[in-house]
Amino acid sequence: MKSWNPKLALLLALLLAAGANVFSSAINPYYYDILITIGINIILAVSLNLVTGYTGQFSLGHAGFMAVGAYFSAWVTLNFGFSFGSAVPATTTVYVLALAAGGFVAAATGLLVGVPSLRLRGDYLAIVTLGFSEIIKGVIQNAEPLGAQRGLGGIVQHTNLFWTFAGVALAVYGILTLVHSTYGSGFLAVRDDEIAAEAMGINTTKYKVLAFVIGAFFAGLAGGLYAHFKQFIHPEGFNFLKSVDIVVMVILGGMGSTAGVCMAAVILTILPELLRAVSGYSWLPEQVRHLAENRMILYSILLIVLMLNRPQGLFGKLNFGSRKS
Amino acid sequence: MIEFLQQLINGLAQGSIYALIAIGYTMVFGVLRFINFAHGDVYMLGAFAGFYTAPKLMALFGGGPSYAGAALVLVSAMSICALIGVLIERICYRPLRQHPRLTVLITAIGVSLLLESGGQYLFGADPQAFPEIIADAAIEFPASWGIFSNLTVTIGQVIVVGSTLVLLLVLRTVVLHTKTGMAMRALSLNPVAASLMGVNIDAILSFTFAIGSAMAGAAGVLTSIQQPSIDPLMGINAGLKAFVAAVLGGIGNIPGAALGGVLIGLLEALVVGYVNPTYRDPLVFAVLILVLLFKPSGLLGKPEREKV
Repeated sequence: MKSWNPKLALLLALLLAAGANVFSSAINPYYYDILITIGINIILAVSLNLVTGYTGQFSLGHAGFMAVGAYFSAWVTLNFGFSFGSAVPATTTVYVLALAAGGFVAAATGLLVGVPSLRLRGDYLAIVTLGFSEIIKGVIQNAEPLGAQRGLGGIVQHTNLFWTFAGVALAVYGILTLVHSTYGSGFLAVRDDEIAAEAMGINTTKYKVLAFVIGAFFAGLAGGLYAHFKQFIHPEGFNFLKSVDIVVMVILGGMGSTAGVCMAAVILTILPELLRAVSGYSWLPEQVRHLAENRMILYSILLIVLMLNRPQGLFGKLNFGSRKS
Repeated sequence: MIEFLQQLINGLAQGSIYALIAIGYTMVFGVLRFINFAHGDVYMLGAFAGFYTAPKLMALFGGGPSYAGAALVLVSAMSICALIGVLIERICYRPLRQHPRLTVLITAIGVSLLLESGGQYLFGADPQAFPEIIADAAIEFPASWGIFSNLTVTIGQVIVVGSTLVLLLVLRTVVLHTKTGMAMRALSLNPVAASLMGVNIDAILSFTFAIGSAMAGAAGVLTSIQQPSIDPLMGINAGLKAFVAAVLGGIGNIPGAALGGVLIGLLEALVVGYVNPTYRDPLVFAVLILVLLFKPSGLLGKPEREKV
């Protein structure tokens, strides 16, 4: 079935990322910012797609995992950033370790959230994951070493095009190869029919928790990249609406379609920028410009219309490496 | 001691609001088995319906704060919300009735976002001051009551708790003693059997949404009597708390929703009074997670078996 070699594709993607990175100083800073944001959003969307799209567990708390990764990795580089000296290779090592640590701590949080999901489905799970992300936010808001409600600043900027798109390549490669493996078809079985899967001897509990843990790991990684790009993070940056942003990407792209979700992440990152440009055209009527500033109106109408007419998302079951959908 | 009593009173007033919203969640869940995510935003629309109709309606009674005018504002907000609730069900949920629950849930989230962002577009994102429809003041207690005379109870609090009680009694009568109420209960027990017995499912669903939304609308106006600052995002937090209340009481169970609402209100007041206000929201969610883990059927609900 495979018409491509995943390992080769991963290598190619990494080389491309490194190549693009060489030209980063030539890119307009505004576009550079958008490029990095696209990369981070792809990681977030692809990782939520594992939980919601492939395993069928609806989660409204993905921003919470991102917050855990962002705060933990930022805390590591702020406290241990120069413990191996201030040379670039040493600080970069700490940065990469911090990213990984952020991912692992987020994964541990994912384990914590995954466990109640054993007993809950659909609507309940959505609210519980939302509750967990609110609890994470509440803990951060009360944690003095993390800047509490003031936010955490002074983070050194390490994230560049290479690290971002290396992260994207890793997330896409890891999740795609996982769900396309024999072992990974268990995720799809849990989504399609949990009771039948259980009757066939699949440990549904294990798959659900695993989906949460892996999804949270990559969300934490994205959080680390984000923190070391923006250099300032605030608890409100990881609120309910951020989670909804990610959910919209997954649904728009088509649940269970990695390629579609990646495209949706790109589109939904660029769209607000386009809308911002539209709201700047003074020749447009005031009402139109005002509407363009409210991208959430557009998102919500898109969600409702999609669900009523095309529940499989814009790109349906489109996937990397598959000959036909 | 007196401070504890004071916190209980504050908690009771806030809890009544949660109870009114929670009833809408629980009623819709009872008949449709899904969480109407947009319900918290209907509460917000209730507050704004009151905000826009109050100046005209209050003018009928001389323009100043008056009880008759306030009652009229309450009823008009309830009617507007009932209409909105019916429209939401008609346009967004009815075409999806045979679809997977995830699809309906995502649609509900979409409706919720639409009401919030649409509210920001139409009403403006900044908080607005709700007009004074009742002359709110602290009630003076006679000094002979001893330490109890130090309690602060406002007229607004009494009205909120009183109106909630009245609305709950009306609802109880409707659900238990009318034919429509009987049809609603039949529908929540077994939709197929109910429709075979001649229950018009579409009409009953519309009616359920109308009642639930009217309750949320009433909560919106009653809240604004106590806290006159309203904004288009006020429904998110209140809606989530009320949902926790509905789960705590046993989702699908109407008295449970009222009980859960009051308990959540009391819990919040005690956390704010004795622990730390920043822990208020996380603790409410912790309650939700604990309830779902240890007693998913809630305090008054009956356990439900998952069938193949």
